[in-house]
Amino acid sequence: MVQLVLPKNSRVQKGKHHAAPAGAKKVKTFKIYRYDPEGTENPRWDTYDVDVEACGPMVLDVLIHIKNDIDPTLSFRRSCREGVCGSCAMNIGGRNTLACTHGHEEVPGKDCQISPLPHMPVIKDLIPDMSMFYAQYASIEPWLHTTTPEPQTEWRQSPEDREKLDGLYECILCACCSTSCPSYWWNGDKYLGPAALLHAYRWLIDSRDEATGDRLDELEDPFKLYRCHTIMNCAQVCPKGLNPAKAIGEIKKMLVDRVV
Amino acid sequence: MASYRTPLGRARGLGAAKHGVGAWIAERVTAVALVPLVIWAVFAGLRLAATDYYGAVEWLTSSALNPVLMGLFVVVGFMHMHAGLRVVIEDYIEKHLTRAGLLLLNLFVCSLVGALAVFSILKVALGGAY
Repeated sequence: MVQLVLPKNSRVQKGKHHAAPAGAKKVKTFKIYRYDPEGTENPRWDTYDVDVEACGPMVLDVLIHIKNDIDPTLSFRRSCREGVCGSCAMNIGGRNTLACTHGHEEVPGKDCQISPLPHMPVIKDLIPDMSMFYAQYASIEPWLHTTTPEPQTEWRQSPEDREKLDGLYECILCACCSTSCPSYWWNGDKYLGPAALLHAYRWLIDSRDEATGDRLDELEDPFKLYRCHTIMNCAQVCPKGLNPAKAIGEIKKMLVDRVV
Repeated sequence: MASYRTPLGRARGLGAAKHGVGAWIAERVTAVALVPLVIWAVFAGLRLAATDYYGAVEWLTSSALNPVLMGLFVVVGFMHMHAGLRVVIEDYIEKHLTRAGLLLLNLFVCSLVGALAVFSILKVALGGAY
């Protein structure tokens, strides 16, 4: 069977508590997953009572505040702090999203629980190992494939054909979708996952690409593509508001068009 | 154990099977075919429930339509069941040998029970079976 419970050395135990500083105006508790790869201990839930008046409104602001002023050992990825780079994707209040565009007030409930993206190997604290995810993206060969000799100028594309890439090219590969997908949890070694498939579709419908058939050949597989059962978690969590499930549906339609 | 295989090598794996669209179409075609067949089967079941054994035999032998539709209902139903269970096994069973074993069991049980049902329908429809 698929592994439904965590192995013994991955079970999360109770961790340290960091009380709010004296004179805090508005205190909110953040429960954060901690794992130190250099220690021998199991991962733990540390709780931080944070004065949210002392930092910005987003969850990333809180995390940076914790790292700067409360506990410098906390590790997380971040870069652009405005939803463009996808580095700070994590599970916040039970939902995959970007810490930088998600306000801590948006999280329902009293406490705010923060853990790494689900079902990924954890490197440290909130940092998951994304190497398979990126390799799956690379495996769909996300670049223009052409046989026709390169034109003197650019490859031309009509505005209508360019419009077909809208809702696809905006993907920032944050992995919120793939790591929220049960099919990706259970068969992530073979199933490409919503993010890689959305990008696969982005190249399939690019009017300039000449390898549509080869691309479809490489996707037609009971696991790589057809593990998608239209569960729709991907579309629900996408912080950019994209719909990977629809893109996957379009790939399935293209494969039908080849034979019917 | 740590593997020195590159992530891209692992992601590409054994490559694409280059099939799957047929199974995907079959799932949907059987689903669509089952819509009228199930409606018919419900009416047939209500009708058969109201009669006795001889009435049921009479109903099956009286026309070509009843045994043919019942046969189709059974065959398409078992095909759809086989396809559905196959997806469940592929999704949740990780160990290769267990997965292969269960896939075979699914195929054999669905085929056997379906074939028995078709044989029974034909036996009554063609032989009368009093």
